[in-house]
Amino acid sequence: MLKILGAAFGAALIVGVATQAAAAGSISGAGATFPAPVYNKWAEAYKAQTQTALNYQAIGSGGGIKQIQASTVDFGASDKPLKLEDQAKDGLVMFPTVIGGIVPVMNLPGFKPGQLKMTGANLADIYRGAIKNWNDPILAKANPGLKLPNLPITVVHRSDGSGTTFLFTSYLSLEAPHWASEVGANDSVQWPVGLGGKGNDGVAAFVKQTPGSIGYVEYAYAKQNAMTYALMQDKAGQFIAPTAANFKAAAANAKWTEAPGFYLLLLDQPGANAWPITGATFILMHAKQTDAAKGKDVLAFFDWAYKNGDAAAEQLDYVPLPANVKDLIRKSWSKIVGPDGKPVYK
Amino acid sequence: MTETAIPDAAPVRRRSAPRGALIGQVFEGLCFGAATLLLAALGGIIVSLVIGGWPALSKFGVGFLFSAAWNPVTDVYGAAGPIVGTLITAALALLLALPIAGGVAFFLTELCPARLRRPIGTAVELLAGIPSIVYGMWGLFVFAPLFARFIQLPLMSAAKPGSLLETLTTGIPNGSGILPASIILAIMILPFMAATLRELLLTVPAAVRESAYGLGATTAEVVLSVTLPYVRQGAIGAVMLGLGRALGETMAVTFIIGNSHTFPKSLFDSGSTIASTIANEFTEATSPIHTAALISLGLVLFLITFAVLGLARLLLRQQGAKL
Repeated sequence: MLKILGAAFGAALIVGVATQAAAAGSISGAGATFPAPVYNKWAEAYKAQTQTALNYQAIGSGGGIKQIQASTVDFGASDKPLKLEDQAKDGLVMFPTVIGGIVPVMNLPGFKPGQLKMTGANLADIYRGAIKNWNDPILAKANPGLKLPNLPITVVHRSDGSGTTFLFTSYLSLEAPHWASEVGANDSVQWPVGLGGKGNDGVAAFVKQTPGSIGYVEYAYAKQNAMTYALMQDKAGQFIAPTAANFKAAAANAKWTEAPGFYLLLLDQPGANAWPITGATFILMHAKQTDAAKGKDVLAFFDWAYKNGDAAAEQLDYVPLPANVKDLIRKSWSKIVGPDGKPVYK
Repeated sequence: MTETAIPDAAPVRRRSAPRGALIGQVFEGLCFGAATLLLAALGGIIVSLVIGGWPALSKFGVGFLFSAAWNPVTDVYGAAGPIVGTLITAALALLLALPIAGGVAFFLTELCPARLRRPIGTAVELLAGIPSIVYGMWGLFVFAPLFARFIQLPLMSAAKPGSLLETLTTGIPNGSGILPASIILAIMILPFMAATLRELLLTVPAAVRESAYGLGATTAEVVLSVTLPYVRQGAIGAVMLGLGRALGETMAVTFIIGNSHTFPKSLFDSGSTIASTIANEFTEATSPIHTAALISLGLVLFLITFAVLGLARLLLRQQGAKL
């Protein structure tokens, strides 16, 4: 009996603490795993300054979209942007937070990072099994003067559904009509060839352990593991390296003003040195907030992050948005209104 | 067997003191509640799996079980690839683990010097306590490269073109695929089976074993013709326990199986299991049919496990009838 009483008391205590924490000002979000480290880092610094706590659950982009649709969180986060009509269907507003790049990595004995040049079309042909060996003449054509080994190509992809895969397959669809019609783009697809590793580290491990393999990982993984990457051809035809500056170039040159609801994949963007496989990660909020103060808290957090969070993001190998895009986003926040129809945040 | 072994519950003698009666009633009520809760949870899980999976089940029908298509882009799903992968890896794991588990158990009960009995027994139990994610990481980062170098590559180079061995060993030489996943699974289920078998062998009355030795039987003869038949029914239970774990194991397999939804064509080909597919795709499944297809996969795994348990019961009953 005592035990039951004790348990009941404990439960009451937990509930009490939880309601208290909510009263002290806290916002909740759920979704994409890719930006979770930077969101948590921002949250830590923000709480130290403002006492407002952010509780972010990295449950995956799919989960983030479902949670915001069900209004169980104050904001959802997704690596896969929703088109304007899909946003409108659920009364949502979307805006980007940080940028990441995806880097093709390979295991070619004797090759240094950045030695191999790759075009989008060739990458698609490798991933659909049309190019099977590294000494294929098509690859040699893009790499004059480079001796490519007689080594079968092992294709490695993500096994788990992920925004990285969505962006990568979207790029292949954009570059190769074959890919678009046969496979398509999604956060997981029916891969024609190859094997799947779980997460970025799973892909990186398979690539490291398999001579002749090629995979794709987020920039941070390629950088931290010093993997052999390929130079990709940008829209201008130049072969460029995956660097933070080149990801930023892709975001800066993108035509955000012409992207309704910020639905924009930063793939093959125009301008010099724009890394072709770049993408932003997004926040989803209800356009009509039932609690204006809560909506204000969320937007205040992201406003603070745009102002003060760039260094933290760069430290974690994310790329901050260019200043002009941030201004555009702040303007778009006027669409987020409270029950009285007035913008919740200015 | 179980029905005959346990005599019908004799009417409980109640204490006449009112305090005792109250305690007895509360105790009975709690036990009944616990049992009902379990049944309700089981029923609830089945119902929610059927409801959650219904969009996919009604769209694809029985074809869901036999189609190997798994295309999240076009929203067409079939469970055949993961089902086959699950059954093959579980069966291979059982095949690999059973002889070793038996050997460990026999060694510990019949042959092991008393000094070593405890350390080896503890080691087996510790092996059972390692979290599956650790097996997965170990499998991917340590086991796979070694396996590729010392087993897979020699096998592949030894295979003559056109031979059965060549068909079985084609694949990517990096230590991933069906067989490596099965080996990891075997290591994972080994301690459970070994520990259960050992406990079972210890139940054999000393008098029985000693009389067999007294008749001049060798250790092998004692094990094969006396103790093993004695614990046969329980042993089937131990095997099924291992099989159950192998069927549902998720993380370790996900790391190393290669995660391709097609039918595996060789021992080193990439495959997938039901559990690994769910673990891989559930968090990012955005379309309703995709989610429903994954929940349906869960239902299929549930039914497979159910069938395995049912089969075990059936075997036990038959064995019981024979004895």
